[in-house]
Amino acid sequence: MNDKHNQLDWMVAQARQGRMTRREFVGRTTALGVSAGLASALFGKAVQAQEARKGGVIRVGMQGGESTNSLDPALAASEVPFQVNMTWGEMLCDVNPDGTIDPRIAEEISSSPDATEWKFKIRAGVEYHGGGTVTAEDVVATLRRHTDEKSQSGALGIVQGISDMKAEGDMVTLKLNAANADLPFLMADYHLIIQPGGGVDNPAAGIGAGPYSVVVNEPGVRHTFKKHANYFDTTIGHADEVEILVINDNTARTAALKSGQVHMINRVDPKIVELLKGVSGVQVRAVAGRGHYVFIMHCDTAPFDNNDLRMALKYAVNRGELVEKILGGLGKPGNDFPINAAYPLFQDTFEQREYDAAKAAEFYAKSGHDGSPIVLATAAGAFPGAVDAANLFAASANAAGIPLQVKLEPDDGYWSNVWNVAPFCASYWGGRPVQDQMYSTAYLSTAEWNDTRFNNARFDELLLAARGELDTAKRSDMYTEMAQILRDEGGLILPMFNDFVSGVSDSIGGWVDDPNGELMNGRAHVRCWLNA
Amino acid sequence: MHPILKLLVQRIALGLLLLLAVSAVIFLGVEALPGDTAQAILGQQATPEALANLRERMGLNEPPLTRYFQWLGGILTGDLGTALSNGADIAQSIGQRLGNTLFLAGCAAAISVPLAILLGLIAARHAGKWPDKVISGITLTTISLPEFVAAYFVIFIFTQLIPIFQPVAMVFPGMSFWAKLNAIALPVIVLVLVVLAHMMRMTRAAILNVMQSAYIETAELKGLSPMTVIWKHALPNAIAPVVSVVMLNMAYLVVGVVVVEVVFGYNALGQYLVDHVTKRDLPVVQAVGLIFAAVYIFLNMLADIIGILANPRLRHPK
Repeated sequence: MNDKHNQLDWMVAQARQGRMTRREFVGRTTALGVSAGLASALFGKAVQAQEARKGGVIRVGMQGGESTNSLDPALAASEVPFQVNMTWGEMLCDVNPDGTIDPRIAEEISSSPDATEWKFKIRAGVEYHGGGTVTAEDVVATLRRHTDEKSQSGALGIVQGISDMKAEGDMVTLKLNAANADLPFLMADYHLIIQPGGGVDNPAAGIGAGPYSVVVNEPGVRHTFKKHANYFDTTIGHADEVEILVINDNTARTAALKSGQVHMINRVDPKIVELLKGVSGVQVRAVAGRGHYVFIMHCDTAPFDNNDLRMALKYAVNRGELVEKILGGLGKPGNDFPINAAYPLFQDTFEQREYDAAKAAEFYAKSGHDGSPIVLATAAGAFPGAVDAANLFAASANAAGIPLQVKLEPDDGYWSNVWNVAPFCASYWGGRPVQDQMYSTAYLSTAEWNDTRFNNARFDELLLAARGELDTAKRSDMYTEMAQILRDEGGLILPMFNDFVSGVSDSIGGWVDDPNGELMNGRAHVRCWLNA
Repeated sequence: MHPILKLLVQRIALGLLLLLAVSAVIFLGVEALPGDTAQAILGQQATPEALANLRERMGLNEPPLTRYFQWLGGILTGDLGTALSNGADIAQSIGQRLGNTLFLAGCAAAISVPLAILLGLIAARHAGKWPDKVISGITLTTISLPEFVAAYFVIFIFTQLIPIFQPVAMVFPGMSFWAKLNAIALPVIVLVLVVLAHMMRMTRAAILNVMQSAYIETAELKGLSPMTVIWKHALPNAIAPVVSVVMLNMAYLVVGVVVVEVVFGYNALGQYLVDHVTKRDLPVVQAVGLIFAAVYIFLNMLADIIGILANPRLRHPK
């Protein structure tokens, strides 16, 4: 008994120092006979008990920045602009690591019973950098700017679903074209940063209501920020200053972390994770997220218009091998639909699809394919390790008698000339906060990014019906049926979900694994602090 | 007119003409690409009306010759326009990065040029003996290493084994001169390793070539020491080929070091160009291309001029 107490104390201490994730903690404490609920609560307490220290400069070294980056939130597409915008900007709401909504600029969110009208009560006295407070009019102007095609906003697809926006006093009312129970999750989209006057005059001004204000903006080089003195939330934004350095080279980024030039880095190369784990003063954080690597077939183009051929290919990919060799074990095998346990309302009722040469051969014979080569287009930049993954896929498919061939394309122009154009290619998705958004973006028959040309009436019908279904149990069932359809009939081959792998210095406190995005969904430098 | 002055004027005029020709080639090259600037800006939103409007607004409907001279005029007055990708002022972005490029190249040259010439002299003095073999062996080894491998080696040695320098070499306004020097120490080491051998070998070969001449024999017979012979009599006559190799390497240090820039996260012109090439940001590509061409032409011209001035036959015409 005493021994158990000692172990528990030790684990609480580890959790407090941030050396143990929630999952590890719960796993190990339940092994001692502690109930899972209690273990989870204990973990929360242990982490909170860490005392946040104020002051200092937190430096982040990141891959994914170019000198072409802009501060205009509508244009953010890669990792550095995302992290930068999360530093100076603030949305109506955020998504917590556990998948609940964290109200930010909106203090209260409510909807009509049919989920077609949503009300956002704007928090009073939230100040912009350099003065002025956030008003309901700013919120409406911001959303309106993103509906304008000229803004080239990455959130256009989200705001297009809003038929009417109204600002009255401190209340913003959004009327939707069709019911959508997930609207708060959509408003947490990283493009929808509230800007003064909607950012219409100068969208790239970098003025927002976030925890830090922009000091230096040198795209592709570095971004520095200082604390916004009047930030409304005193529980985050501990450092006096934060800096984001763009270090696109893997080796230099890792060396910078190890030598203490930066406190955290994104995108640790899976090949060196084991080596980095042995380095003192540095921790590797592999966080299971929603991001996944895919091979996509156009369901309307021969030979992929034949579901037997699609099934043959799905059985011909060796998922375990890909996770092991491409992700270095830092990920999970996928099941040919883009949803995993990181999503709310997920039901884990699916049998894991495995490599099965006999079944693949059987489906292949049934498809009646003429034996001509099936070409899979890929490029080094399709996802990290995409060329190796495609070759492994071809090898396992050839072993099942399927004439799969890899065609290497140049990185340059891959996303405009190959992806969403070639009938079979390698690609990746970063995932979305909710199932509806993921399916609406890429699997609804009318979606612009329907990169598998999937067209299934029952699937579309369920997707639209689920949006208006406020009963979460029923919605969850609907999503499960959709996943089943996509898994067995879709053009998506999803061999693996990749972890976000970050490197974090021991001098950083307050780290929490967040499945929403890498580096604590872009907020690690805002929410963590420097230990003395 | 003094013949040497005439030669110089001719050479400079030729350089300017060449630069003009290069600007025309750059402009034509970009013209020849499919699509135009308006399409590049609008991308997927390129409806026919939007294209027509933007072309009108940007003056893209003017004949190419007019646009070429407008572009040329802009460059001469320092107006390079704005980048398509993020709307930043190109002249301003380039200004700072060009300064960084020249700073890195200058520091690398300040170390590598005297060092290479000195090593070349020593190697020539002891040609065929062990100092020559050691110097040649080491410099040929370092030039044979790809730049990024050399970079990873120095990162490993100077940030992990002996942690005296930082792996990320960003410099920015407000840093003191010493802080900047400290920041760029690693890329400078790599560049010195990369360019040393070429210049050293050329110095050695040029000196050895001159050493065959009759006047060197005379100098030796006068009883001068070998180093004095090389320094006073051989080097001045070997200067032209050495200078042209030095200038080639300087040009390389300015325009060809993008790999080193990327590895060390150094914010200079090469990385800037590559980023904008991938985004098809043509105004930036044109501007940077022209700057690189100008650097090459200028340094080659300088090499020729020094060669002319160093040639006694041209300095003292009959």
